[in-house]
Amino acid sequence: MLAQQLFNGLVVGSIYALFALGFTLMFGVLGVVNLTHGFYLSIGAFVALYATQHGVAIWLALPLAALASGVIAIVVDGLLLTPLRRAKASELASLMVTLGATLLLYSIANAALSTDIRRFPPGVIDGSAIDLAGVRVTLTQCLIVASAAGLVAALLWLMNGSRLGMGLRALAERPDTAALMGVNAGALVRLVSLISGGLAGACGVLIGLNYNAIQPYMGEVMMLKGFAVIILGGLGDIRGALVAGLIVGLLETLTAGYVASSVKDGVGFALLVLTLWIRPSGLFGRIAVKRA
Amino acid sequence: MPEFIDDFLFTYQTLVYSLGINGLLALSIYVVLALGQLSMGQAAFMGMGAYVSALLTVKLGVAFPLVLLAAMLLPALAALIVGAPTLRLSGVYLALATIGLGEVQRIFFLNSELTGGALGLSGIPMKGGLVSIYGSLGLALLACIFVARSRIGRAMEAMREDELAAGALGVDLPAYKLAALVVSAMLAGLAGALNAHVTSFISPEDYGFHAAVSILSYALLGGIGSPFGPVLGAFILTLLPEVLRSLADYRGVVSGAIIVLVVIFMPRGLLTWRMGRVGAATRRPS
Repeated sequence: MLAQQLFNGLVVGSIYALFALGFTLMFGVLGVVNLTHGFYLSIGAFVALYATQHGVAIWLALPLAALASGVIAIVVDGLLLTPLRRAKASELASLMVTLGATLLLYSIANAALSTDIRRFPPGVIDGSAIDLAGVRVTLTQCLIVASAAGLVAALLWLMNGSRLGMGLRALAERPDTAALMGVNAGALVRLVSLISGGLAGACGVLIGLNYNAIQPYMGEVMMLKGFAVIILGGLGDIRGALVAGLIVGLLETLTAGYVASSVKDGVGFALLVLTLWIRPSGLFGRIAVKRA
Repeated sequence: MPEFIDDFLFTYQTLVYSLGINGLLALSIYVVLALGQLSMGQAAFMGMGAYVSALLTVKLGVAFPLVLLAAMLLPALAALIVGAPTLRLSGVYLALATIGLGEVQRIFFLNSELTGGALGLSGIPMKGGLVSIYGSLGLALLACIFVARSRIGRAMEAMREDELAAGALGVDLPAYKLAALVVSAMLAGLAGALNAHVTSFISPEDYGFHAAVSILSYALLGGIGSPFGPVLGAFILTLLPEVLRSLADYRGVVSGAIIVLVVIFMPRGLLTWRMGRVGAATRRPS
């Protein structure tokens, strides 16, 4: 029983980590709190849904959905955030724009798609569970945990081990100076949007597969958990997002299992407020002091 | 009261009430925006005020003035718990924490038996009216004007334009931010309580993310240079769906689009006045 709870917590935690990764990358490099992030999750899920309904295999539909979400993220960034970046507007201005855009996009999606819950066609992925020492494990669950671990490793390598990452870190430190040093800032901004949106899209597909339920507002539900994970892990901290995602996921599952499932949704928020009081820089964070 | 005013009120009662309440909500977010912070918890504070006041009136029969007081104190407490630790950090943290507060409160209202779950609370007696709503709005507006023209108002404006410089000049940043957040939560709680006592029915979805973004759109459209801007913005955006009926179904699209367009193209809003300082005219060197 406990082993099963822990495994379920690991899966839920991996989902939260996947969602938080792109969000925290966007903040870490570009200083933007992008609230439209949850919407890219819904886009990914819907693209995969339509693709599989037209006979595309899920292995192909997953990268396709990630690509589509990433491209839409680039378009949204180009239309809304680039003008603000050019005007050197504050972090709050970009937050407000994405806030407005989120409501706008959800309202349009709601009118166009309706809030009915949709499901993947049957047999899109092998749904049978295997028994591993008394723990029921499905293929989707393995896929979720493996993608979370793999993507965090890949992102950490990209940021810290590659030449591209050096450019990204330079951009995060001081955009103007980075541009003067020959960093192609415009291209890197689009790359960050593509990765961040793509991660959200892939996460949407995996959530859709895990719960077999897809609807336009599925990203909004994730927002609360996403914030908790990002603040607990430290804003902009990739490693922190993974660890915090797992912590929130495990605590939620254990609360639902041993206390009451109605208290479950409060766990993330309680952790968020506690983090702000006790350690606002997050698990591994260093507080970024802003100087003139 | 002359008969035609009575007739007018009878027909447009709901609209007249919501104009005043939305004006009060716009002022509540103005108090925080005026010093360069962003609280997305106004809808949550409003909901807290609405539910607390409704429960006190319906279940315990507490007198209306005391109910209003409680509806202001509880949101103020919530603002202290959630907001206080964020005020030494970047403004992003307050925004994220308050969006979180709204979501978690909505989930609580939906699941709690005390608050009637998804069905909400109904049969709240009509205790509010023109006098309480527009009296509150008038008092709040006067107080905001008075503060904006004082030394405190100048400190707030300095913080909004350049927080580091204001801090270096001796403005106690965390104290100002905390006071503004608490006052703003109290105003929103009051608006929520008044609203609950003129509509007689409240439900969790009235105080969600959508409502929070709408309240922000009032203030941004009107402009936060003076307290008149947000109230003007609230009036325009409340009247708009009444005038253009076809817009009523697309409130979310309108609120969202207004925020996007205003922040990018018109960051100072419609009313770009600044409040002058008290006695500025007499002190000006000749």
